Amino acid sequence: MKARYISVPYVIWMALFVIAPLILVVIFAFTSEAGGFTLEHFARMSRYVGIFANSLFLALVATAICFAAGYPVAYILARKESVFRRVGMLLIMLPMWMNFLLRTYAWMSLLEDNGLINRFLTFLGLPGISVINTDGAVVIGMVYNFLPFMILPIFSVIEKIDRRTIEAAQDLGANSLVVFRRIIFPLSLPGVLSGITMVFVPSVSTFVISRLLGGGKTLLLGDLIEMQFFGNAYNPYLGSAISLVMMVIVMVSIAIMNRFGEGEEGAMLL
Amino acid sequence: MKKRNAASMALVLALTLVLGVLGTGCGATTQEKREVNVYNWGEYIDTDVLTQFEKETGIKVNYKTYPTNEALYSSLKSGGVSYDVIIPSDYMISRMIQEDMLDKIDFKNVPNADKVDEVYRNPEYDPTGEYSVPYMWGTVGIIYDTKVVTEPVTSWSILFNEKYSGKILMFDNSRDAIGIALKYLGYSYNTTDKDQIKEAVDLLVQQKPLVQAYVMDQIFEKLTGGEAAIGPYYAGDAVTMMEENPDLAFCLPSEGSNIFVDAMCIPKGAANKEEAEEFINFMCRGDISAANCQVTGYSTPIGEAYDLLPEDMRDNTVMYPDKETLAKCETYTNLPQDILDFYDEEWVRLMTD
Amino acid sequence: MIRKQAESIASSIARRVSGAFGNVYTGLIFFFLYAPIAVLIIFSFNASKSRTIWAGFTLDWYIKLFQDSGIMDAFGTTILVSVLAAAISTVAGTVAAVGLQNLRRRPRSILMAVNNIPITNADIITGVSLMLLFVSAGKLMGFTLGFGTLLMAHITFDLPYVILSVTPKLRQLDKHTFEAAQDLGATPFQAFRKVILPEIRPGVVNGLIIAFTMSIDDFVISYFTAGSRVETLAMAIYSMTRKRINPEINALSTILFVSVLTLLIIVNVRQARQERLAEAAMLKPPEEEV
Repeated sequence: MKARYISVPYVIWMALFVIAPLILVVIFAFTSEAGGFTLEHFARMSRYVGIFANSLFLALVATAICFAAGYPVAYILARKESVFRRVGMLLIMLPMWMNFLLRTYAWMSLLEDNGLINRFLTFLGLPGISVINTDGAVVIGMVYNFLPFMILPIFSVIEKIDRRTIEAAQDLGANSLVVFRRIIFPLSLPGVLSGITMVFVPSVSTFVISRLLGGGKTLLLGDLIEMQFFGNAYNPYLGSAISLVMMVIVMVSIAIMNRFGEGEEGAMLL
Repeated sequence: MKKRNAASMALVLALTLVLGVLGTGCGATTQEKREVNVYNWGEYIDTDVLTQFEKETGIKVNYKTYPTNEALYSSLKSGGVSYDVIIPSDYMISRMIQEDMLDKIDFKNVPNADKVDEVYRNPEYDPTGEYSVPYMWGTVGIIYDTKVVTEPVTSWSILFNEKYSGKILMFDNSRDAIGIALKYLGYSYNTTDKDQIKEAVDLLVQQKPLVQAYVMDQIFEKLTGGEAAIGPYYAGDAVTMMEENPDLAFCLPSEGSNIFVDAMCIPKGAANKEEAEEFINFMCRGDISAANCQVTGYSTPIGEAYDLLPEDMRDNTVMYPDKETLAKCETYTNLPQDILDFYDEEWVRLMTD
Repeated sequence: MIRKQAESIASSIARRVSGAFGNVYTGLIFFFLYAPIAVLIIFSFNASKSRTIWAGFTLDWYIKLFQDSGIMDAFGTTILVSVLAAAISTVAGTVAAVGLQNLRRRPRSILMAVNNIPITNADIITGVSLMLLFVSAGKLMGFTLGFGTLLMAHITFDLPYVILSVTPKLRQLDKHTFEAAQDLGATPFQAFRKVILPEIRPGVVNGLIIAFTMSIDDFVISYFTAGSRVETLAMAIYSMTRKRINPEINALSTILFVSVLTLLIIVNVRQARQERLAEAAMLKPPEEEV
């Protein structure tokens, strides 16, 4: 086929709007406020170690919970009849059609001290919970928002596992636990890795969830970056430097993780 | 199967297109129209005034809001935006004048600026009076729920009282929050002594476990809904909240507080300067300023508007405190760059503690 | 013998219990996913502005919504940018995917890696980096952020999803059909339209849906690239969360949500019915991956 050149506009587009902006981030990160070259922004980074640690920790917790909660759902749904499978998947994607800020805001109504959950608990004569404005609430928000991103890729890999492989193992005397441990789980690993990436990255960089559910008490990486561009501390150079460090950390972790799996991410995103 | 997919997709698209046309249709935007891009604080205008302006002048208002002076500064600095009217506070105006971010206003086009009371002319933040026209003024005080806080409130100390742990709200911007701690410690808002600022932030670090949340306009819901019991905020908003929830009360602390003026300015490079001046002129009209005051609860710098207010508002000491109380209040001035950096640094320390 | 029987009974009970348990568990997860949505929908009918106290039923917010030019403008912008971005990136992405398929391995894998950047990168970095680009370019060429930059940003993050969804379908295609069609006298365009397109249509449609959904749902990238004059619904909602959410927004979201839900139900009921008919006729259609 001679149709190779029809991809040229796409290549130019990606170079202009994906590569060039990232190069700009790198340039900004090494530029001083006066306009010269500097490493000062990276030197200042030590001040933000706490924020980096906290963001990574909360994102890891959220990712672990999403995995623990989402894997069984993906597994159960993937093994249902085709009608249930399709309905299940639609139900998992459907919430995306309601704006995520609104849904997160609704969690505020649910979790507040005078919120709906506490009203309900008091109605039952039970003691109330106090979660809002804590790291716990931020994690709930992350899990809520990103759980579908864990379920969908795992589901689509498990669904594609050839049932005959499983039957063969069973015929050879493997019980269901062995089948799961030796066949299903290893085969679902690419989906798991892709799910972990898709939950971890948005969790570590969110600035909306922490602001709405965390009561502004914990500053996460996303907040810190946003702050340098539109917030209380204008410094786009520092903001770029923080973005760059975050991007490197995320990419390195993804690369390390994909070493363990087949690394065929992306292909089973949705 | 494929046909069905295509059909369902067509349905989705048709639906959204119809809704979209509906949406833009109701918005009724025509390209030829004159427009003015206004960037204001949240909850700081009577939105009917905007409609009235559009009707009277035929200029379309694109209205957006920002939460803090610093956020306003950042989005102007970040570039790529073009606003025609902004309403920063005093100290931010002097910073913007220093950094050459504002355009001089052509007062020929703003005859109503004469209506501004003498006291508010040629202020410290804009000594030549060429860059700004006062919009509203007010003070910062403590708003509290009398059902929870039964003791008399006279001092900033109530914000640091362990009795109200988990019920206290605090400002989510460094200048106001650190300012409160500075005043409580007996220092000036405008101190450039890093030790004093550090001491103030140490106090805030101690206070943090008692704080339910750091907020700006979210305070409206949290205080009127009874989610929180005490919080510092602007007097005008206190008036609005007290209307909604009569259990709320306001106190201007005895240590003194902040008095501020927010004024309308035109940023450098505004695309619609003429329309901006027309807008500013409109906002200075007595009836318009009065309408804004009635909705926002803030205090007007325009005598004509004051006279138009209902009596209970004119006599409201939250909106118009007596001279003695005002004498104890201090304005913010623009801080030097190294102190601003130090504020940011210390704020991050508080947030990561 | 008896032991074996007992074992098999035990395991079948276990399976049934675990099946029931699984269903309950899945139900709980769905409850978790839909509880906030239910709250939003219920409170869109609330007579007061409160988010947590029920003050009686009203349809006021639904009426006021259509008179609120701010919200309707934002909604119009959202729909317009999503439809345009999804349509443009679907057409451009499909064409590009065909081109990519014909590249040699090395350049192709490099381009696929670049393609994955906007997908794996954090939204805030995509947003910030695009903002830096638009602002710098704007200073040189004298434009400000607005609908144009917003649309370009949306196309940029929509394109990769289209490529990812079309490429697998192209791989399944027999390489020679295209050439065969051309040998038989078809122009490349005809060959593409008549031979390739019908085969990859499910991938294209899927890409279009994903792109549209991504655009509708996006907040962070729009927030950084839209500038001062345009506002998407998500941005309007964000500035509202800083004070209080206008229940009109709940009403609008409810309308959107219910429309999409209804649509999906109609499509799926029809699909299920047809499948059952096909099964009854012992002519089960081949499984299709979407």
